[in-house]
Amino acid sequence: MPYGPHTGDDRAHMLRALGLETIEPLFADIPAAVRAAGLDLPEPEPELQLAARLERMAARNRVDLASFLGAGVYRHFLPPAVDQIISRGEFYTAYTPYQPEISQGTLQTIYEFQSLVAELTGLDVVSASHYDGAAATAEAALMAIRATRRERVLASRAIHRHYLETTQTYFQPAGLQLEELPTLDDGTTDLAALERALADGPPTAAVLAGQPNAFGILEPMAEIGRLAHAAGALFVAVVEPISLTVLAPPGAYGADIAAGEGQPLGIAPQYGGPYLGILATTEALIRQIPGRLVGRTTDLDGRRAFVMTLRAREQDIRREKAASNICTNQALCALAATVYMATLGPHGLRDVAAGGAAHARQLERALAAAGAPRVHDGAYLNEFAVAVPDAARVHAALLDRGVLAGLPLARWYPDDASLRDALLVCATEVTTSDEIERFGEALAAELGTGAGLVEAVR
Amino acid sequence: MIAPRIEMETGPDLGPRTAVGPTLQPTLMELSRPGRGGGKIPHPPADALDGIPAEHRRAMPAALPELNEPEVIRHFVNLSHLNYSIDAGFYPLGSCTMKFNPKINEWLARLFGFAKLHPLAPDAVAQGSLELLWDLEQWLCEISGMTAVTLQPAAGAHGELTGILMVRAYHEARGDHDRREVIVPDSSHGTNPATASMAGFTTITVPSDARGGVDLDALRAALSPRTAAVMLTNPSTLGLFEDRIVELLDAVHAAGALAYMDGANLNAVLGKFRPGAAGFDVMHFNVHKTFSTPHGGGGPGAGPVGVGEQLLPYLPSPRVLRDADGTFRLETPGERPTSIGRVRAYQGSTGVLVRAYAYVCSHGGSGLVEVSEDAVLAANYLKSRVAEAYEIPFDRPCKHEFVASARQIKATTGVRTLDIAKRLIDKGYHPPTIYFPLIVDECLLIEPTETESVETLDAFATALVEIATEARDDPELVTTAPHSAPVRRLDEATAARQPDLRWRPMTGAETPCPQ
Repeated sequence: MPYGPHTGDDRAHMLRALGLETIEPLFADIPAAVRAAGLDLPEPEPELQLAARLERMAARNRVDLASFLGAGVYRHFLPPAVDQIISRGEFYTAYTPYQPEISQGTLQTIYEFQSLVAELTGLDVVSASHYDGAAATAEAALMAIRATRRERVLASRAIHRHYLETTQTYFQPAGLQLEELPTLDDGTTDLAALERALADGPPTAAVLAGQPNAFGILEPMAEIGRLAHAAGALFVAVVEPISLTVLAPPGAYGADIAAGEGQPLGIAPQYGGPYLGILATTEALIRQIPGRLVGRTTDLDGRRAFVMTLRAREQDIRREKAASNICTNQALCALAATVYMATLGPHGLRDVAAGGAAHARQLERALAAAGAPRVHDGAYLNEFAVAVPDAARVHAALLDRGVLAGLPLARWYPDDASLRDALLVCATEVTTSDEIERFGEALAAELGTGAGLVEAVR
Repeated sequence: MIAPRIEMETGPDLGPRTAVGPTLQPTLMELSRPGRGGGKIPHPPADALDGIPAEHRRAMPAALPELNEPEVIRHFVNLSHLNYSIDAGFYPLGSCTMKFNPKINEWLARLFGFAKLHPLAPDAVAQGSLELLWDLEQWLCEISGMTAVTLQPAAGAHGELTGILMVRAYHEARGDHDRREVIVPDSSHGTNPATASMAGFTTITVPSDARGGVDLDALRAALSPRTAAVMLTNPSTLGLFEDRIVELLDAVHAAGALAYMDGANLNAVLGKFRPGAAGFDVMHFNVHKTFSTPHGGGGPGAGPVGVGEQLLPYLPSPRVLRDADGTFRLETPGERPTSIGRVRAYQGSTGVLVRAYAYVCSHGGSGLVEVSEDAVLAANYLKSRVAEAYEIPFDRPCKHEFVASARQIKATTGVRTLDIAKRLIDKGYHPPTIYFPLIVDECLLIEPTETESVETLDAFATALVEIATEARDDPELVTTAPHSAPVRRLDEATAARQPDLRWRPMTGAETPCPQ
């Protein structure tokens, strides 16, 4: 065994202390009928071979493409400081800070995380984190249902598909209703349909909308919030944290709960996780928020210190009456986000958001010149949909040309004719003019619209 | 835009400062000085945001801290010194399997090909990760004896929810709509009943018998046509193997219910007991326990779920599939309508799963069996040493962990288990799990794992025995511990009564609500 310290003598010593000659009596309580005889798995692989083999395996993933794929997970520059800090054994090999006397490092970083996310969202109560943006969205919806004692949630269809599908999975067993609201041609949620839905049918616990939404379009959040509140419903904003350095924070437009994916804050894409579910709310809903919370207090000598608090909401104490079954947070991911935000600072973070916006406008011009105009005409930040004839084929063909041309929206909206030939594309601060040119040229070549392209980009 | 100035607050006394050794730190917000930082990201053109209508723009910039990189590094390094960690010492933390985290696993997870791959990348450019996930699923099937595994759940509790939702879908599909109850033993993890509630079930709790096992008669009495599932932890949270597991599973199945295994304690039985082969219908793994992915200060983990044949149709989507030509792909939306659906945004915490994959490879089948043998041997050895001074309520071989009780010490000295736990900090150890499971008074749940040396086990036992002596001779020394940690015991009551969950001087976002 590669990481075990026991020598043959050590094992013999321990067995002798137990009055045993072999290990077998210690497993005699496993009935013979269900006793297994070892494992049919590969032989132990020395580290040298393991490293070489996994390097080859990792190399079979193509991460060298000019990528315009976002749809909830974004490429950003990761300052090496982030990885240096989260690679410290004192952080990543520590346990949950149930013993605050020897966990002040983790506890203070979570308090700092809560403080920075409170500042970004404009909401005072921030959970120590959830699994990802989908889980945070589902928990936000369940929270609204507990708080209002109503069983119906209205969600814009332009929220990340997977967040809505996850929420549906969480809703299904309790018979809760999740209804989708249509969008208009400009890509925003149909407010008239929202008003009608609020007026008809059972009382609504919450209205959910994304900012930016799943098409990259900016929603009239204050108006949606007003309509929700007028009907006695809570308003849940599904947000992207980097954008909050330049867009109005949920607290400013009246959101009661903000949920979102914290991956853009210094966490690598990693083919799906681990990520960072952000969940924030107002003080009015503090007893309803699920998940860990860290608070400031003092020790016996009056020194400032931090501790997990309001634990009476949690599963290990409340068992079947807990607010959620969650029993962890994404502490190391929250630490990464905290180091990221501290390293870039408010101006650096704003440059990340604005840099993405600038590159996205450059991308919009290049794609329009290549024959792929925007689908929606609403305002956007750094992501938008373009109409591309025969989008699925073109998407595959561009892959062969080294371009990952975003997400074919037909995958998320198979029944919507207007999105059948649409690609959702994004740019961030790391997107280069060269990549944009490659995309434009490759697209023009596929669509047979080559002329005048380079000029349009510049 | 210029961020509003964050005023420095001196705050309470942080204690004397020394050149070496942990000292409390100011917060990032107190360290901030306007104008610090920069040099990371090029400044975009001034008109970059002109296309964003004013009503969508942030009116006041976020008052985030401004620091330069050396200060950031020093801040977090100094904070790290306030933490206990496996890399620094022994965690005898029952139920949590705090074993060594191999360093190569960290390196492998950071390989660019794994780290930079987008979760929505087309299958054709994700073959390396898909193959890794596929292999790991097969190996977890072999380890558990289950028919199939999903790697998607983000944590053990998330795995429980996924598993119980599949149980629900199974009964519903059979038209068995009256099965609305989940039975758990009184020794179960709190997540079990909390999961049952989340999945819309009511929880029935059955007692344990005098030997620490599930009371078989009580279970039989609780089982009915209303029972959807029984959730068992085996070995139990007392560290004991349910030696009547065959009868227990027969009773569950005879009632038409399904058997769920909480795999938190799998580290004890690798290659010795395969839950699926024994008759469990569904189980979760905690890869941060059994397969040594780092705990990270409370997460992230991963909680794969294994199922038997009858739950296959309900696995969450998307599954990882291998086509006839040997290429791998993710299931497409709607490909398997019987699925319970998505349980998270993407296909799994792949970054964590790379580490679990590497752990299985470096150990191989034979190494994993040794893991369990050494974990069980170490636990029984440590139990024999601790028995010098503590009551051992269940006198039979334990698996990878055992329960000790300080109720006699409390009765004679007034020193509680909590005090003993805190005193262990002074002696250089993380306290064990205490007051869990709920069914043993003043209990300590101790799990040494297979990666601690005999010398460490001996020293820890000596420390526990010393504390029992101190409790008699100088109880105040124990009841006021810890004395050597960065802080003393905390005022948790005030923290809960007057929650202070964020730094207050930051007010930049508190722009008036337009309503």
